[in-house]
Amino acid sequence: MRIPFSALLGLAVMGLMLLSSVLAQWVAPYGLNETVGKVWENPSATFWLGTDQIGRDILSRLLYGGQVTIFVAAASSALAFSMGAFFGFLAAVRGGWVDTTLSRIVDVMMAVPSLIVALVVLSVLPLTLPTLILVMGVLDSTRVFRLSRAVAADIAVMDYVEAAKLRGEGQSWIIFREILPNAMSPLVAEFGMRFIFAVLFISTLSFLGLGIQPPDTDWGGMVRENKEGLIYGKSAAMVPAAAIAVLAIAVNTVADWILSRTSSLKGGRNG
Amino acid sequence: MHPLITLVVQRIALGLILLLAVSVLIFLGVEALPGDTAQAILGQGATPETLANMRESLGLNEPAISRYFTWLGHALTGDFGVALTNKIDIAQAIGQRLGNTLFLAACAGVIAVPFAIGLGLLAARHNGRWPDKLISGVTLAAISLPEFVAAYFVIYLLTQVFPVLQPVSMVFPGMGFLERLHAVALPVIVLVMVVLAHMMRMTRAAILNVMQSPYIETAELKGLSPMQVIWRHALPNAVAPIVSVVVINLAYLVVGVVVVEVVFSYNALGQYLVDHVTKRDLPVVQAVGLIFAAVYIGLNIFADVVGIVANPRLRHPK
Amino acid sequence: MSEQMKDLVRLAASGKINRRAFVGRMGALGLSATTASTMFGIVAHAEGAPVMGGTLRAGVQGGQSTDSLDPALAASDVPFMINMTWGETLVELEPGGVLSMRVAEEVTSNADATEWKFKIRQGVTFHNGAPVTAEDVVATLKRHTDDKAQSGAQGLVKGIAEMTAEGDTVTLKLAAANADLPFLMADYHLIIQPGGGVDNPAAGIGCGAYMVKEFEPGVRCVMEKNPNYWDKTRGFADVVEVLSINDNTARTAAITAGQIHMMTRVDPKIAEMLASAEGVVIERAAGPGHYVFIMHCDKAPFDNNDLRMALKLSVKRAEMVEKILGGMGSMGNDFPINAAYPLFDETIPQREFDAAKAAEHYKASGHDGSPIVLQVAPAAFPGAVDAANLFVASANEAGIPLTIKLEPDDGYWSNVWNVAPFCASYWGGRPVQDQMYSTAYLSTADWNDTKFVDANFDALLVAARGELDPVKRKAQYSEMANILRDTGGLICPMFNDWVEGRRAEVGGWQANPAGTLMDGKALVKCWLNA
Repeated sequence: MRIPFSALLGLAVMGLMLLSSVLAQWVAPYGLNETVGKVWENPSATFWLGTDQIGRDILSRLLYGGQVTIFVAAASSALAFSMGAFFGFLAAVRGGWVDTTLSRIVDVMMAVPSLIVALVVLSVLPLTLPTLILVMGVLDSTRVFRLSRAVAADIAVMDYVEAAKLRGEGQSWIIFREILPNAMSPLVAEFGMRFIFAVLFISTLSFLGLGIQPPDTDWGGMVRENKEGLIYGKSAAMVPAAAIAVLAIAVNTVADWILSRTSSLKGGRNG
Repeated sequence: MHPLITLVVQRIALGLILLLAVSVLIFLGVEALPGDTAQAILGQGATPETLANMRESLGLNEPAISRYFTWLGHALTGDFGVALTNKIDIAQAIGQRLGNTLFLAACAGVIAVPFAIGLGLLAARHNGRWPDKLISGVTLAAISLPEFVAAYFVIYLLTQVFPVLQPVSMVFPGMGFLERLHAVALPVIVLVMVVLAHMMRMTRAAILNVMQSPYIETAELKGLSPMQVIWRHALPNAVAPIVSVVVINLAYLVVGVVVVEVVFSYNALGQYLVDHVTKRDLPVVQAVGLIFAAVYIGLNIFADVVGIVANPRLRHPK
Repeated sequence: MSEQMKDLVRLAASGKINRRAFVGRMGALGLSATTASTMFGIVAHAEGAPVMGGTLRAGVQGGQSTDSLDPALAASDVPFMINMTWGETLVELEPGGVLSMRVAEEVTSNADATEWKFKIRQGVTFHNGAPVTAEDVVATLKRHTDDKAQSGAQGLVKGIAEMTAEGDTVTLKLAAANADLPFLMADYHLIIQPGGGVDNPAAGIGCGAYMVKEFEPGVRCVMEKNPNYWDKTRGFADVVEVLSINDNTARTAAITAGQIHMMTRVDPKIAEMLASAEGVVIERAAGPGHYVFIMHCDKAPFDNNDLRMALKLSVKRAEMVEKILGGMGSMGNDFPINAAYPLFDETIPQREFDAAKAAEHYKASGHDGSPIVLQVAPAAFPGAVDAANLFVASANEAGIPLTIKLEPDDGYWSNVWNVAPFCASYWGGRPVQDQMYSTAYLSTADWNDTKFVDANFDALLVAARGELDPVKRKAQYSEMANILRDTGGLICPMFNDWVEGRRAEVGGWQANPAGTLMDGKALVKCWLNA
């Protein structure tokens, strides 16, 4: 199997970010909440990426922030996908009242503005990291549901699915062996997107108080804290923004590669 | 009746029932919000006396069910009452701001949707080669910036370095169409950046997905050019997922652009909703929630209908 | 105007004499102190004579679509600025803490400060053409005492036992002596409205230099010059606008792009960079506003004064002023008064960070070592979360297990402030010490947000209120400050300056520490140089 250079680079970046975040405690030059310099210092030999709005080392915070960012985004996207895709396929395959019920529930969930949903949820559940992941995952799964249902509905009426039904295959066989492989490419593409949205959403949530508890941080939150410095090119705001962009592009390059692989696989299988 | 029409009518009827269900949810959800309107209005300035007076004068002591039906009855006739906080007629305030919201969403949608689909087709056509990679890279970079970062970036570029546009985008009644377009140019640019990548990538993926089908190979064997194949054969079969993602993004342009509204001081519904949520101004939150829900459901009915119409197998049920 | 007066004006305009000298010498020439002071304000900062005409725009933070023109309900900068432009109060607070006469022409009291008379200026009319009468003034004050008005000034006018209008004079009889009563009448809620504004409080009709033409809550307010305005030293632009621009970056971009002429709340961190932009001037004024962490003295573990003292000693105040205020402010001393107030005692020693002493007090408190939770939200004050982070870091240095709990902005003032035992908050300050202490530190005060109860303190406050001898009064205030500083629940690390921006072409600017944008009068007092 030949991996194209872009995907290799994407994998390398993802691996590096993951590894350095996991090892933050050992590799970070300073502590997470240690004020070591002046406000908004430029990158220097002492502070490789400069200092933030109260004089903390940005490199160190970036490493610690990576833990939260990557973990929460990955966990909530995975949750959104397993839930959304499963119910989406189920709705498409079963049709009838199952489809109607599931679709309507999702419609209702999506139709109520998420600000109101988040506020209500916030008032009921305790504010912990698992809650955060659950809220983001469930909110996002509705979008995945609609997409997978749309894709699967197209596939479900294909001849090979009809054939499988005539063969007397069970529902799970149809979902996992017929629909899933054939619906993979739009879903993988969507996963890349959802992952980015999750990274960005974490920082938006702090508006609702659902965000990360200080002194812990996430990359989006770091950009927010320093946003006034953005148009003056302060590294405190630019560095975490760049980190998000690099991570996003890396994840999507890899998604693209998987996409092209599954497409060709499928071509081989059904062609 | 043609089965297609039956399906469409069913979908619309379902949509209306759905809206009713959502209205109950919104009403109850908003009622269940923690915090107290009176306290929220008075803020740090609340004293026990002013608080009690405020609660009394807002009529917050009646049972929820009776208030729901009163509210629904009035809402159906377009009467949302007055805002608790500043006694301004809600329907009137919403009317103007809804217009602004739709104007911004329309401007962004008109540019973003064709652009995204076009780029998606182009990327699919050149799958894996440099135009594909370039389009993917640029749109990804645009989307991976938090919205306010993208907004500050265009503010910096187009009001400070090249001062051609204005950072404050408020629009007012009596402004001409062109004047309005000029005012909203910056937020439109940001919103296009925000929604472009998602739609473009889904279009590309959906097309590539269809391109694997046997009938595309048949079409290719017939000697059609790649663009003709995509246009005539792949696109119609990929309409459902594309429309689905377009609708999600259009709905987002209407419902989810608070951040952009705040940055550019654009006077539309999102900011209006957040302000009133903060002040626990329940009638306004309920009214705006209902309108957002209606827009959302309407767009989804549209997506479903297009999906039904576009799918040959659903169009001609066996 | 005599030749000597003109000479003085010239000296003032070229910056050669200060306000005190100007007012003193004008006084010698027979001009009243207030007129001279007003005149100084205009000429001293003028790059030339006032220019008439044009549209003056202010970009202000804090507007919401829930805002109203009812002065009783004003609670943030945007409605404050709008109301101050169309409305006028009996008196106004000038820079330096002196009062100038506006709707009232003269204020007098009896010997023990229990009865005050305000003589209403003749020839002042409302925007609807009706003359401003003593009856209107009484009706206005009465409306603010009424529970239904939900006025933010209710506490101020509560102490007035009896109000009467007779001819052109309003007489206020107080329940207890108050030497500071005229200062209360400068409060921004107490804008004089026709008939007291009882029928339509949000009509936006007052007697100010500008008339409301268009008002869209949370967006903008357009106001036109009032042709019948009585004071020719105000109201130069034809049209003024207050734009609600909540985003910091958009506001600064708007002023560099010239879309607005003045702006509130420049983020201290970017002040220097903004000042280097062409055509932008940064204005600062040291005022009574302060950022605070408040502990409830009646709830564990904060009911222990050793623990409170340990926390007070573990704040690095200089660092906070430097990092949170960008150096544009001053250190607080755990009582809510600073040099912006008359009768401030400057000899009270500044409290500094002292890890050893803090640890000592912490040990003495016998606290069990469980985390002490500080609740904070970005809304508490600009940079609140950052300040809390600094506080936690320095407290941990002293061995105190302080931790942060981030709360949502939404609902912060109802669910956390005045509810949680330890949280972040802010105070805008008041014109006089009595008002500040009565509002938040008297044991029976509605806003006693530190749950501070001290009989001695209360007695001193009441005594000082009726004390007409400034020396005795100053001593009383000093004693109160020390009580609060050493036993209170207030941690006050810093007083924040007003940091604002204006275009270079704006003439007549004169910083006023009492409030933002020249205490709300910038649009009225400034003009636009061509």
